[in-house]
Order: sequence, then C-alpha cells, then structure tokens
Amino acid sequence: MMTGYPREQIRRTLADPRLQEAIYSATGRLMEHRRQVVAPEVLPDYQELREQARRIKEHTLENLDAYLEQFEAQVRARGGEVIWAKDGPEVADFVLDLARRSNARLLVKSKSMTTEEIGLRERLEAQHFEVVETDLGEYIIQLAQERPYHIVAPALHKTREEVGEIFSQRLGVPRENVPERQTRIARTVLRQKFLTADIGITGANFLVADSGAVVLVENEGNARLTTSAPRIHVAVAGIEKLIPRAQDLAVFLKLLGRSATGQPLTVYTSILSGPRRQGEWDGPEQFYVVLLDGGRSRVLADRDKRQTLYCIRCGACLNHCPVYRRIGGHNYPWIYSGPIGKIASPQFQGLTEDPWLPFASSLCGACAEVCPVKIEIPRLLLELRAEIVKTQAREGQNRWERLGFRLWSWVMTRPRLYEALSLAAGLLAGEGSDQGWLRQLPGLLNAGPLRAWLDYRDLPAPGRSFRALWRQRTARVRE
Amino acid sequence: MPARVALFVTCIVDQFFPRVGLAMAEVLERLGYRVDFPEAQTCCGQPAFNTGYREEARHVARHFLSVFRDAEYVVVPSGSCTSMITRHYEELFRKDPEALEQARRLAPRVWEFSQFLLEVAGVEDVGARLPAVVTYHDSCHALRELGIREGPRRLLAKVRGLELREMPASQECCGFGGTFSVKFPEISASMVRTKVEAIHQTGAQYVVSVDASCLMQIQGALNRAGSPVRTLHLAEVLASR
Amino acid sequence: MISRDHILNKVRTALGHAVGRTAAAPPPARLCVPAWTVEERWQRFASALEKLGGNAVRVSEPAEAQRYVAGLTCGRAAVASRSLFLEVCGIHQLAGVRRDFRDPGELRAACAEAEFGITGADYALADTGSLAVFASPEEARLISLLPPVHIALLPISRLLTGLDELLSLVPNPAERSSALILITGPSRTADIEQILVRGVHGPGEIHVIVVDDRETRS
Repeated sequence: MMTGYPREQIRRTLADPRLQEAIYSATGRLMEHRRQVVAPEVLPDYQELREQARRIKEHTLENLDAYLEQFEAQVRARGGEVIWAKDGPEVADFVLDLARRSNARLLVKSKSMTTEEIGLRERLEAQHFEVVETDLGEYIIQLAQERPYHIVAPALHKTREEVGEIFSQRLGVPRENVPERQTRIARTVLRQKFLTADIGITGANFLVADSGAVVLVENEGNARLTTSAPRIHVAVAGIEKLIPRAQDLAVFLKLLGRSATGQPLTVYTSILSGPRRQGEWDGPEQFYVVLLDGGRSRVLADRDKRQTLYCIRCGACLNHCPVYRRIGGHNYPWIYSGPIGKIASPQFQGLTEDPWLPFASSLCGACAEVCPVKIEIPRLLLELRAEIVKTQAREGQNRWERLGFRLWSWVMTRPRLYEALSLAAGLLAGEGSDQGWLRQLPGLLNAGPLRAWLDYRDLPAPGRSFRALWRQRTARVRE
Repeated sequence: MPARVALFVTCIVDQFFPRVGLAMAEVLERLGYRVDFPEAQTCCGQPAFNTGYREEARHVARHFLSVFRDAEYVVVPSGSCTSMITRHYEELFRKDPEALEQARRLAPRVWEFSQFLLEVAGVEDVGARLPAVVTYHDSCHALRELGIREGPRRLLAKVRGLELREMPASQECCGFGGTFSVKFPEISASMVRTKVEAIHQTGAQYVVSVDASCLMQIQGALNRAGSPVRTLHLAEVLASR
Repeated sequence: MISRDHILNKVRTALGHAVGRTAAAPPPARLCVPAWTVEERWQRFASALEKLGGNAVRVSEPAEAQRYVAGLTCGRAAVASRSLFLEVCGIHQLAGVRRDFRDPGELRAACAEAEFGITGADYALADTGSLAVFASPEEARLISLLPPVHIALLPISRLLTGLDELLSLVPNPAERSSALILITGPSRTADIEQILVRGVHGPGEIHVIVVDDRETRS
C-alpha cells in the first residue's frame, strides 16, 4: 500500500524550515483572500452559485457527446478548426505538423495545466522548436527546469533570491532580488518573444458550446498577448472543459477568481471565438482548438467518480489542505497535486500506480468545504481506498495489513474476547490506572504502527477500561 | 419515567480515556437521564472503513447495529464516530438493504454528546465549574460532517470560572486521521506541531474537543514537546464542579 | 477524423448514449441583475477600480474628457483606437495621439513604442470595476495591451451593474466579435513570494473616464 511513497523526500521537505514557511504562508494568504470575497456579507449567494456550478457541470458531462459536437460546429462556423486528440502524443503531432507547415520557429505559451499534463512543451522542444512560457511563475519554473508547484501559483516555493539566481544564470542579466525589478526583466525578455512568435499556445478555462468560444482567465496579460500577437492560436483543452452557454460564465467566472486568488474577477478574461474577423486589426489569422481525451472518457464512465471532471483548477483545495500545506507540490506523483490530485491521479494514471496517494489524507474535509463545484473529495478518497484494497487483495499484495483488519473485525465482533485482550494489553503495559502515557515500548513491541506513533508522539497507556470502571461504579451504586 | 440513554463510549475511550465516558455519564445523570452501558459494544467500524476494508467494517458495523438496535438514545463522545454511524453507514450498506434499513432506523437516535445536550436535553448550563483558561479545537468530522461549531462554545461559555480563548486556525486538522497517523507519521506529526503552537499561543491550560481521538494525538504531541498543557474532552469539563 | 470518432464513441459508451442523441435542456441560466441607480453604479465602479489600483474619473462632458486625457498624456506618444466615442471626445486631435495606420504591422509597432493606449469600451461593469471591450475594426486588441498605460473612455449609459447584466444583454458574445475582453484593473502578478507587482505584460496603469450624458449631467 505504501509502495512508491517518497518518505525520505517528504521528510526532507518537512525538515526544510524555509520551504515550510513559504508553503504555509503562501497558502495561508490565498485562504484568507478567498475567505474575504466569499463571506456572506460580500457574496450572499455564494452557496447558490456553487450549487448552480455543480449542477451545470453535472448536466454538461451527462450530455458531453452532444455538447462536444455543438462546440465543434460553432468553432467551424466562425472559421476555426477543432482537432481531436486521444492523448499527449496526438496533441504534439498536430502542433508539430502545424509548426512545420507554417514555418514557425518560436512558440509562446500561456500557463495551462492540460499542456503540463501531457508534457507538450518538452515534446516540442525535443523537435528543436523554441517554446517559451510567458506566465511569470511558469517562466521561472521553465528556466529552473522544474515542474509547477501549485495549480495556480507555479513558483510558490521559490524565494526572490532563488529567482534572482535563476534569472542571472539563465538570462545572463545582473543579479536582481527585488520582485518588481525581476518582473521588469521578464517583461522585457518576454515582450520580444511575443512580438516575434509565430504560434501562441494556451489552455482553456472553459469551452463554451453555444458560442464555440475558448475562455481564458489571467492576471498578467500574457494570455492576451499569446492570443493577440502571433498569427496562429492553438488552444489545448480537455474535453471536460465544456459548459453549455456563455451565460453560464456569470456563475463560473465569479467562482473561479474568488476561489483561486480571492479576486471577484481576474484582471483579464478573454472570450475568444475563431480567428480575427473582417476588418479587425489584430488577433490570430488561424484558430485551432485541440480537444484532448487523455483518459477523461474513461473517468466519465464511472457515474460516481465522474465528478472529478467538474474541477475548474482553482487550487482552493490545495490551499486549504493541511497535507499539501506541509509536503508541497513536488511530492505528489503527478502534475495535479493536493486533494484533487489525490482523486485524479489514481483514476488517470491507474489505481495501483501510486497506491499510497488516496491514503495520504486525514480526511479532514477542508477541501470539499471550499470546492467551488462541490466535488466530494473525501468521499471519493474513501471510495478509491476501498478499490485499491480490493485490487491488492486480488493480486495478493499487502497481506499483513489485510490479515490485521480481518483479525481486528473478528475480535471486535466478540465482546468477551475484546475485553480479554484489552485486559491483557493493560497488564502488559504495566499500568495500574488510566491515562498514563508511554514514551517508548520495549523491544519487539516497538514496531509497525506503534513505533510509527511513538516516533513522534507519546502513546496513552492502556489501563483499566471504561467497562471495568463502569462495572465498579454500578456495583457501588447498588450498595 | 426519565428517558434512557445508552452510552456508546467508542473503542478509544473504552481503552484509553475511560474518564471521558464516566464524565459523560455523570453529566447525563445530573440532567435526569437513566444511563445504560450496553456491554457488548466494541467499535463502530470506522478504522476499517477509512482504511478501505469495507467488508471488515461492515462486519463490525453490523455488530454495532445489533447492540444498539433498541436504544432510545445513543450518546457518543465523538463527532467522528457519530458521523460514521449516522452518515457513512449509508454508504457502507449500499448493497445490504437489511442492514441499511436498520442503520436508517437507528441514525436519528444517535447523538454526539454536545449536540445531545443542546438539541435533545435543551440545556446550555449544566452547572459545571472549572476555573481555568481553555481553548477549543474544532474536530474535523464534528465540524464539517455534523456542523458542530458554536454548540460546544456555548456550553463552555456557561462553565463557571472558565475563560475560552480561541486559538488561530482552530478549524485546521490536528493530523490524527485514524490510520493516517501511523501510515504517514511524519506528515501527521508536522500537522499536530502547528496545532500545538497554536494552542501555546493562547496561553491556555487546557485544550478541549468533542473527539477523544484528536485529543490523543494532541496530548501525545504536547507530552512529547514537554508542554504542561492538558487535553480535556468537553464531557470532562462539563462534569467538573 | 479517426480520433474524433474514437473519442466521441468512448464518450457515448461511457454515458450509454446512442449516436445523434440531443442534449437534455440545461438548468436555467442564473443571472441576477440588481436595480442600481446610475449614481450607485458609478460609486461602486469607482471604488472597485480604485481598490485594484486603477483610476476612475467622471466628467460631465466630452470636452472635459478631452482635457483630462490631455493632462495625462501631455503630448507624449499615444495610440488611440478608431472608436467613435473617442472621436466624440476629440481625443484624436490631441498632440501626440496617433490613430491612423496603413496596416496591422504599423499599428503593432506603434503600440509597442507608445506610452499610452487610448480606447473606448463597449461597457463597464460596476460591481467589479471592469471594462468590456469587443475586438472590432474600431477596437484593436493590442492598444489596451502593449502600452504601459491604458486610458479608456465611455459614456455613463454604458455602465452596467455587472457581469450578469452584460451576459443578459449579450447572451452570445461570439455572435458579435471574435474576442470579448474583460479588463479588471491593471495587469498584475504575485508569482514571486506573493508580492504584488503591477504591469507585468499588460498596462500597469489604467484610467477609466466615464462621461455623463444629457440625462445624468447636473
């Protein structure tokens, strides 16, 4: 069950005070920002908005085939093209072919989890195309040759000193540690890239079926530049990104900005449908939307866990997750980290690929409380745990734990045996009364779960059980 | 004829914190209830359920249902176990109509201790007295699955001599999480460290919660850190005078 | 084509749908338009935009708008859109303001050099302090994007309550333009240690000049 759990790596993260402070305070601030803008006195209909968002996502997925076709027809009607891709390689093949056909050399990208998911940039770079990330955080991550730390804040773990180091090493600029000046450096470098790029690649926050529109939200202006300056715009989006109507944006945009960064609306929202039209001065001459399956249709087949696909990538569950807030983004096996990663990874990557993942939660439920589309993350975690246990039983893995729970249930349904064992434990611990605490256990007992507990905490010593004391008490009362 | 209340003390209280059970009985008796302790009780099945062992959990949950079938009220010193019984049995017995029916019939009679006091007994002041500074930890399942937030604070406010000081992020998990605490001890310990710091910031002498399992985690960490702060279950506070 | 059919088939199988099935009706759209007076709208707009670090100005007539813009640009290089409302306000007559370009390349080069980009706005949204701009032959996208300062002018009659009202007036933006852009304050980032920096890729400064019309002029 713990196969693949990167315990040493996680211990290193936990033992790094600088990193711990960075993660905890950054997520803490995002929590506070969100809290302020969803408070009842500011947004009295917050709960109704969540309910509506969930209903719309549910409805859209239930009718996804029809909405996909409607979307495709609408994009075509406005002069755009829709490309369907089963997986990452198919997306890359299309973009590579397009780049070659149009003699493109430089591609600019705005932040997109979907392209991260399929490693699109790496695939294009492997074919010697220059691909530049333009979101500041994502640009830092590209230069550092890492992967994003957080769905919304990719460089959340980097200090300004580290950014200064990365910029001076990779860009050959003088060392600069003030975020404002660092931003200027990135602006200058990237401005040139925007103005000379041939193709702009984006993701999509939403695909609107009735308009054939790609909707992008951002704060920096890099997505606007990516979709306005180059002559070709390619949007890569998972098939679950559909919503039925442009009017539904009223609900989703309000929830997305608030949940992600505590903004009632992000600075820029682009609702893009097709290439530039007659008489327009700028905007792409060619407009492509790549619809990626990448395992989504498989997830869709499970009526219950399908809700994983409702996710709008706001990152609120990460910010509120006490586990994410300790171990950060790089200790998760896939690009989607935090609570949503814990339910998405097993479904996309395979149930037993990282079997520990759905177990790495205290089931505190903070994620579900803040999810803008009300994904029941803790319940799905429990569901996935049960599926993993079942699969492992079939494959003969994890024998000791299974035996342990079988014994446990056998004892727990035999009250006399249960009592006898608890008495024995009390005697073994050598405690005459209740509520003593143990710091360590002798020899053989200091193993397994007991040791795991005692490595970090004292353990209450089993003493006289409640039932023993209760009997004494009733006897006294009778006298 | 006073109402009868059956205690389900939970396995953790039975084994490790018997005083919590006694305190709960005392408060209920003081309010005029006749308190029973069905001796065949063991556990609600949550440890297995939360670890993915549904069959084993069902086994134990059926035992629970048979023990408490005829109880007028079942009162539990744990939000987590209460929620297991009143909410998760529904999921657990999805494919067992007979047990499901039993679980549904029992659920409305199963109460977490503080909710029982406020909503069934209808009291806020149980006549307790504890001259001390305390802080309250919101246990996750009580808070998010049962909506228990203000109730325990209202009960504490009526305790004579008691001063309640809120800790920062009282709603953040203590890191217990059942088997999570021993499968991922380093993460669990890191979570409780933050909790311990928050508790210390208040200068409180006691940390109070409605779940003995959270208190086991918090006390275990407090002891290890050499802290003089003690944990108390809400029932223990309300029983003191 | 192969992948298209493959994916659609997998989706249909997952949902248990037959080919050619039409979608069930979606839940009714949820649009709530509050009944705010012009004054309320203006106050909310100004306070929302100012909270974001933008500047909201209300003037009583086009000539005053012209004077205000002149005070901002002081003759420095500015690119103006071909918006009719800018014409009404006489923006094009100001020194340093350039409007006419031979081709898109020239427009882009001018935007990259200019200190100010001056545009109209189809609407403004009071509750969020946003501008709504449709790309069109009158409104190029880059004017509000490349220069470090964005100045936008609109008549107060175009000041809506919020996004819900915009989407009830324009239920399908794609029918009107290839791009509807909502602009809510200056470009910003908090990607380095969550320290707020304005003017990343877009303008770091935004001025919105709302011009009274006959009914609202006092």
